[in-house]
Amino acid sequence: MASGQQWVLVEMVQAFYEAPAYHLILEGILILWIIRLLFSKTYKLHETYKLTEREKEDLIEEWQPDLLVPPVSKDHPSLKYDVVSGPPSHKIIVNGKECINFASFNFLGLLDNERVKEKALMSLKKYGVGTCGPRGFYGTFDVHLELENRLAKFMKTEEAIIYSYGFATIASAIPAYSKRGDIIFVDEAACFSIQKGLQASRSFIKYFKHNDMEDLERLLKEQELEDQKNPRKARVTRKFIVVEGMYINTADICPLPELVKLKYRYKVRIFLEESMSFGVLGEHGKGVTEHFGVNIDDIDLISANMENAVASIGGFCCGRSFVIDHQRLSGQGYCFSASLPPMLAAAAIEALNIMEEDPGIFTVLREKCKRVYKALQGIPGLKLVGEPFVPALHLQLEKSSGFRVSDMQLLRSIVDYCLERKVALTLARYLEKEERFLTPPSIRVVVTIKQKDDDIQKAVSCIREAASVLLK
Amino acid sequence: MTESSATKLLNGDACRRTLNGKNARKNGYVKNHCSFQQPQKYRRSGEKEQNATHHPSLYKKPFLESFEETPLLVAVLTYMGYGILTVFGYLRDFLRHWNIEKCHVARERDEQKDFVPLYQDFENFYTRNLYMRIRDNWNRPICSVPGARMDLVERVTHNYNWTFDHTGKVVKDVINMGSYNYLGFAESTGTCADAAIEATQIYGVGAGSTRCEMGNLDIHEELEELVARFLGVEASMAFGMGFATNSMNIPALTGKGCLILSDELNHASLVLGARLSGSTIRVFKHNNMQSLEKLLRDAIVHGQPRTHRPWKKILIVVEGIYSMEGSIIRLPEVIALKKRYKAYLYLDEAHSIGALGPSGRGVVDYFGLDPKDVDIMMGTFTKSFGAAGGYIGGKKELIDYLRSHSHSALYATSMSPPVVQQIITSMKIIMGEDGSTLGADRLRQLSENTNYFRRRLREMGFIIYGNDDSPVVPLMLYMPAKIGAFGREMLKRNIGTVVVGFPATPIIESRARFCVSAAHTREMLDTALEAISEVGDLLQLKYSRREQPLPSLGWMSEESLLQD
Repeated sequence: MASGQQWVLVEMVQAFYEAPAYHLILEGILILWIIRLLFSKTYKLHETYKLTEREKEDLIEEWQPDLLVPPVSKDHPSLKYDVVSGPPSHKIIVNGKECINFASFNFLGLLDNERVKEKALMSLKKYGVGTCGPRGFYGTFDVHLELENRLAKFMKTEEAIIYSYGFATIASAIPAYSKRGDIIFVDEAACFSIQKGLQASRSFIKYFKHNDMEDLERLLKEQELEDQKNPRKARVTRKFIVVEGMYINTADICPLPELVKLKYRYKVRIFLEESMSFGVLGEHGKGVTEHFGVNIDDIDLISANMENAVASIGGFCCGRSFVIDHQRLSGQGYCFSASLPPMLAAAAIEALNIMEEDPGIFTVLREKCKRVYKALQGIPGLKLVGEPFVPALHLQLEKSSGFRVSDMQLLRSIVDYCLERKVALTLARYLEKEERFLTPPSIRVVVTIKQKDDDIQKAVSCIREAASVLLK
Repeated sequence: MTESSATKLLNGDACRRTLNGKNARKNGYVKNHCSFQQPQKYRRSGEKEQNATHHPSLYKKPFLESFEETPLLVAVLTYMGYGILTVFGYLRDFLRHWNIEKCHVARERDEQKDFVPLYQDFENFYTRNLYMRIRDNWNRPICSVPGARMDLVERVTHNYNWTFDHTGKVVKDVINMGSYNYLGFAESTGTCADAAIEATQIYGVGAGSTRCEMGNLDIHEELEELVARFLGVEASMAFGMGFATNSMNIPALTGKGCLILSDELNHASLVLGARLSGSTIRVFKHNNMQSLEKLLRDAIVHGQPRTHRPWKKILIVVEGIYSMEGSIIRLPEVIALKKRYKAYLYLDEAHSIGALGPSGRGVVDYFGLDPKDVDIMMGTFTKSFGAAGGYIGGKKELIDYLRSHSHSALYATSMSPPVVQQIITSMKIIMGEDGSTLGADRLRQLSENTNYFRRRLREMGFIIYGNDDSPVVPLMLYMPAKIGAFGREMLKRNIGTVVVGFPATPIIESRARFCVSAAHTREMLDTALEAISEVGDLLQLKYSRREQPLPSLGWMSEESLLQD
């Protein structure tokens, strides 16, 4: 075999010597031509139809861009904000009228708590207001470290990380882990900041029906079959379930124990967004894990904001160090943003103190929720959406007119009617074109522990009256 | 605009980095993209490029910006440094794998060992083996106002930076060259703090709802009215976080079928916002007007890829001062281009608002331009105002649209009242509305400090990047080992500095960064400069090969600029 090949080689060399010169030159040119073709640039269509400078100028002259922003109609429902003068606490002055607040997410009434204010002021007198830098560059204050420790201890997790903006918390956390090619299973009712996090992650998103575990399992099974077909890809494709503990859009809670079962069955990690449930659910206000008695270590990441029950600003993520620590270099909203003003961190610490000292407030809140829930039942024309222990409920129209705009106007007239009579309510606002699954328009009713029985009674009778007058 | 004005636009200098041989990444010379190519002789040679103004007619004062070329030997040594670190990294990973070296990395839970790994192994190679060696230079906890001097919490590590323990002691009175406290409003006493205290007593710290629902406080409206007046625009809107101002509002402005032209060194928040918007993104070379013009022309001439439909709109996204380069945007040229090609301009003044311009109104004020020529004026309150948050200013239609379509207005809790009050008070001081000249004094002090600090550093022979008037002063370190050494040596001398390396900068351009503040006294700056010089000698950082001292350059006429 080897000698045969050698013979061919010798023959080729011989043939080369014997060939006429013009033949060799021709072949040489051909070879060069092939090389040129191989290395030349790819063929571009527009290069063959080169425009002259004159034509280009004309095109540039001709081009007319759209307006930077489309004009907003004067009566756009979100254009005119209600103006609150003074603090948005239990008694709130809306458009010059003092009302009882049923609109701010001040569940535990800590917004104007004197102890919280006192600690915030002490911090302000020591550190000033701003931090003038991101966490990496002298923007880490001892207060931040203390708050992180306290949150980790409160939630009984290894580590916690704080963000300076509630919205940015989960929106930064999701893309820190889930990248292009990974798969995320999400509840349809997930809030807007989760949706933005999903979008930033560029992963495959699979939506399952709200709180429908069968639908989720169907998707997970489908994925399992897919993985069996392509095990090599499956070995590097991370899978996540992203759910909210208590859904802000539907006012109900996720079936966490079932989710945990599915997690281990299909080896998917769970990210849990607890902005509404932190400081609300559970005996000590630890949220939905405590509510169901689920081991917190079974949840890979919990995120929540400190703007609702805690009544400060910012958000945090907590979980095992293995997971959380990664965000210190990869969480965009953490690395590239100025850190939380120390006085707001100090306020959050004091709020945690209050929550730890008196877990009774969570029971009080639950009682109030039940009372409001019961009282709001059976208002003619309005449908109550939510569960009895949820502090942010929705009142939807029983019969929609079929047009979102007119529904909104109708609900707004109810809100105005109540504002006139000193009950502050608000419409739940959404970006209609950007929400993945838009919920029907609704009035938000927020329960706080500051609301007394007669406040609740007054508010409910006011809504009832408005409904009977305005909804025919 | 006519053809002749376009000729004027392009007839200036090529990018300042044209001749930076090493710097191919940023090489601005865009070849043959349009008919108006400048004659060869107008281009600067390496040493004098910083004095060249691209289009002198557009500038009212000299635009001095320099990016001295990386010396070849330094570049080679830097790459070698990274090579050695990588080899040792692999070696230590090998030792850790066989449990010869103790591994400090947090581990996955046993119950989840059979899950798909959360991180790919090589993903954290850099963190584990390079960053961890010098981690003590970042996240240094402080326990005082981040003013001109600050107190640091002393910490020690017993396991080579894997964990830190606080000793309980405090490192007192460290000169702070790291915080973005340009005008010195990071204060715990004085007018601003008093006003913030009062606001806390009235309002508390939270807001409890979104702007669109029940979180629109009177104090927010007051702030927005003031910001609009400060900027000289029709209306403005304020948001709770600077990062989110970009990432949550760009998507409201552009969408599918729109084109975003973004500077290559734009901040992560702008990149994220552009990405979330779903628009096509094209990147032009840093502060390079030719690259920008080429992209603009191509975009309009060729339209959208594949469909060739014309773009709906084109948005140019730039920053006022680039926080890692210390460069100032060539705004007059950008505005000329924007007008000629009918694009819209988004200007992020995160670092420049308050820090530039005779009346502190940012880069527009610095160049003496009309704020109405910038479609979207964005900025933050974190830096010069010593607070937190961001704003967008512009025409009334724009702000009305944002009020009803901004993600932030509808879904994010509104700003904390004491923070808002801090901004209102500090902004009024800058504007002189408090009836004093305190604001003007601070502005003058900042600009004097900046010029002094930059001039001294350059005289010492360091390579300093950026514009002569930018209070952000990057000092080039290049080699990875010097990042850690510089940060530690400076702290030993009681000076807090920021050092940055890859991935925040290109791999060979590691640097230290100083932020000059109006709160720095000449004495503090001298102490800092002395220490920097000492450490510079120790670590051999005086790389500059310019003749010393640099002749002071006044305003040069157009003729003298073009001679050569």
